[in-house]
Amino acid sequence: MFSVLASKGKTSQANKTGSWRSTLKPKYLQKNCIACNLCKFVCPEGCIEGKEKNKYSADLDYCKGCGVCAYICPKKDIEMVPNDKE
Amino acid sequence: MKKFIEGSWAMADAAKMCRPQVVAAYPITPQTHIVEHLAEFVANGELKAESVNVESEHSAASAVLGAQIAGVRTFTCTSSQGLLLMGEVVFCIAGMRLPVMMICANRAISAPINIWNDQQDSISLRDAGWIQVYAENNQEAVDLVIAGYKIGENAKIMLPIMVCVDGFILTHGMETVDMPDQELVDKFLPPYDPPYKLDVNNPISFGLLGDPTVYLENRYALHKTLEEVLTLLPKVGAEYKQLTGRDSVKLVEEYKTADADTILVAMGSVCGSIKDVIDMERQKGNKVGLLKIVCYRPFPKEAIKKVLDKAQYIGIVDKDISLGAEGALYTEIKALADSNKKVSGFVAGLGGRDITVKSIQTIIESTKKEVNRCKFIDLKQELLWDEFKVA
Amino acid sequence: MAREHIEENLYVSGHTACAGCGQSMAVRIVMNAAGKNTMVANSTGCLEVFSTKAPETAFGLPWVHSLFENSAAVASGIELALKQQGKLDSTKIIAQAGDGGTGDIGLQAISGMLERGHDILYVCYDNEAYMNTGIQRSGSTPFYANTTTSPVGKRSVGNPTIKKPMVEICAAHHIPYSATASVGNPKDIEKKVKKALSIRGPKYLQIHVPCPLGWRSDPSKTIEIAKIAVQTGLYPIVEYEYGKLANVQKITPKPVEEYLKVQGRFSHILKNKEALEAVQKVANQNIAYYNLVSQ
Repeated sequence: MFSVLASKGKTSQANKTGSWRSTLKPKYLQKNCIACNLCKFVCPEGCIEGKEKNKYSADLDYCKGCGVCAYICPKKDIEMVPNDKE
Repeated sequence: MKKFIEGSWAMADAAKMCRPQVVAAYPITPQTHIVEHLAEFVANGELKAESVNVESEHSAASAVLGAQIAGVRTFTCTSSQGLLLMGEVVFCIAGMRLPVMMICANRAISAPINIWNDQQDSISLRDAGWIQVYAENNQEAVDLVIAGYKIGENAKIMLPIMVCVDGFILTHGMETVDMPDQELVDKFLPPYDPPYKLDVNNPISFGLLGDPTVYLENRYALHKTLEEVLTLLPKVGAEYKQLTGRDSVKLVEEYKTADADTILVAMGSVCGSIKDVIDMERQKGNKVGLLKIVCYRPFPKEAIKKVLDKAQYIGIVDKDISLGAEGALYTEIKALADSNKKVSGFVAGLGGRDITVKSIQTIIESTKKEVNRCKFIDLKQELLWDEFKVA
Repeated sequence: MAREHIEENLYVSGHTACAGCGQSMAVRIVMNAAGKNTMVANSTGCLEVFSTKAPETAFGLPWVHSLFENSAAVASGIELALKQQGKLDSTKIIAQAGDGGTGDIGLQAISGMLERGHDILYVCYDNEAYMNTGIQRSGSTPFYANTTTSPVGKRSVGNPTIKKPMVEICAAHHIPYSATASVGNPKDIEKKVKKALSIRGPKYLQIHVPCPLGWRSDPSKTIEIAKIAVQTGLYPIVEYEYGKLANVQKITPKPVEEYLKVQGRFSHILKNKEALEAVQKVANQNIAYYNLVSQ
């Protein structure tokens, strides 16, 4: 007899931590992006997607709104805006 | 092939034939000869394995945990302080369902420091979830190691095994042992093929955080699986008997109990001495018998009860004590005996104090005459003082 | 079909680290840099707790956690098993833990692993306290930091000892590579992981990871704070090879106040001239010891 001792890789994706956000969320202006990839590289959630200029975005189902991406963007092309704003 | 060898050699040879691929070693008397022999086997190519000299017993147990979860058969060995030091890892290995094999060369626990035999060490970890078996002699030790691997590695079981051997008495004793040959062991024990392991082609996370929503079921599963060993062990024992002719792998053993009015209960090498005394007593018309416990965990309640029912007087010999209460074996056996039996508990042999013919005769006599919950045998009154004084 | 970011990473979203956690940032960089042919032995700590609450895991490679102080010993066992299976050449092994599990309770196991020469990269995520259990002081807690077991009070200015120099202790074992890194320079972490994993033998990498909760700092400034730490000399970025100092990151030193003022755990120092001087002295000692200033 066994019980839950082990888990297949990456099953945490079931946990949508985007619900944690209360104040701010990142808005990708997608105007001056140079595809440096830094936002994607440093996101603590690893939830940023994109490969081409002005095509990066954060997956809001997981984004906790920490604001690190906005801080690191060399072109200031990410803004932290109120979470309940469209 | 029959060999007249030191117990450690026989046990190391048995382990070698089971083809462990990682052996973790840390010295502590009296198990050290076992890991030394294994290191020799590896050094001269007789055993294709990694023998790692870790920096403590905690790391020895951790290393075999890592090797086992990475998919190979392992072996380690310790005693007393070493076993206690690896205590948390011992619990963890069982909880993680890894069939690690360990020989525990039973030795007393500090303080005072004492390198001689009693069974306090392994008994203190009886709750950890390991299969625990006790060998009476070196033949049994060899057979229990080989069979132990097979039982623990069963895909439905996947539990670690502790083969307990009385330190010095068995490890350093010279006995004739019938060593099976490699071919027989290979036939009996197939290569280790676990249902789960670390694998880059199948990435799994092991050792998850088990919060209150899942922990209980994990422990229940462990408990139930240990109980299943009560069925599996005799089956494997029967298979082993077919191949070797030997009956070493069983839950309990009865010696002259059929018509006994007094039955002693014990584990380990003292059983050999008790059998000799029983033969002597039988000459005098004394109807004494022995119930030897081989498999201590899981606890074979039914097998034990059947034997206890036969006699009126039951004397339990503990080479350990749950301080402030009584001997561990006594507590568990007493609970099984019918209320009309006269059940006595004896503590003997702690710290290597010899259990002699006289000691055993005293135990038999006392069992018939009176009822004691926790009677220490061979106590030296002159060493018991009311106040602390420096010797 | 999983989302793109789940597919691309070997450490994925859904973990329960605090927003802006430096450690979660670093671990993803490390796992991705190591690649899928890597096995990981993890110690108990924040990382394991926020990543693997049953029945889920954020890790996408083979991973095992057992206890607190033994990831180096468990990794040693894994390495030996892989050796026996002929898989060691094609598989990397990482042992990872926090600063407590590394330099305090884990010191014995690491020393053994380094001394025996196992082909393992040990990564220490240094957030400078026992964070998982609620911000208690460790051997890696910096001078005068406020923690729950080194609290500031009438008779105390916080933690009275300097950081245990783990990178040096590991280097003293004369291993091929022992280095520090920081989330202040995330690309450098990737570079160092790749460099370390290209070397056979035991390696040690210690990464400075701000903990917004424990340090009482702004989650969005995790990278910035780590950068300032390096710039004050309080967190030297160095590389040792075979026991000898091989590289240091040169700095133009900023006064320690710049670093202390952005963290609540040091706020008591700002009003205490003596304490501030004492912390600056620690920074100056590092600068002198490692020769951190460009000439």
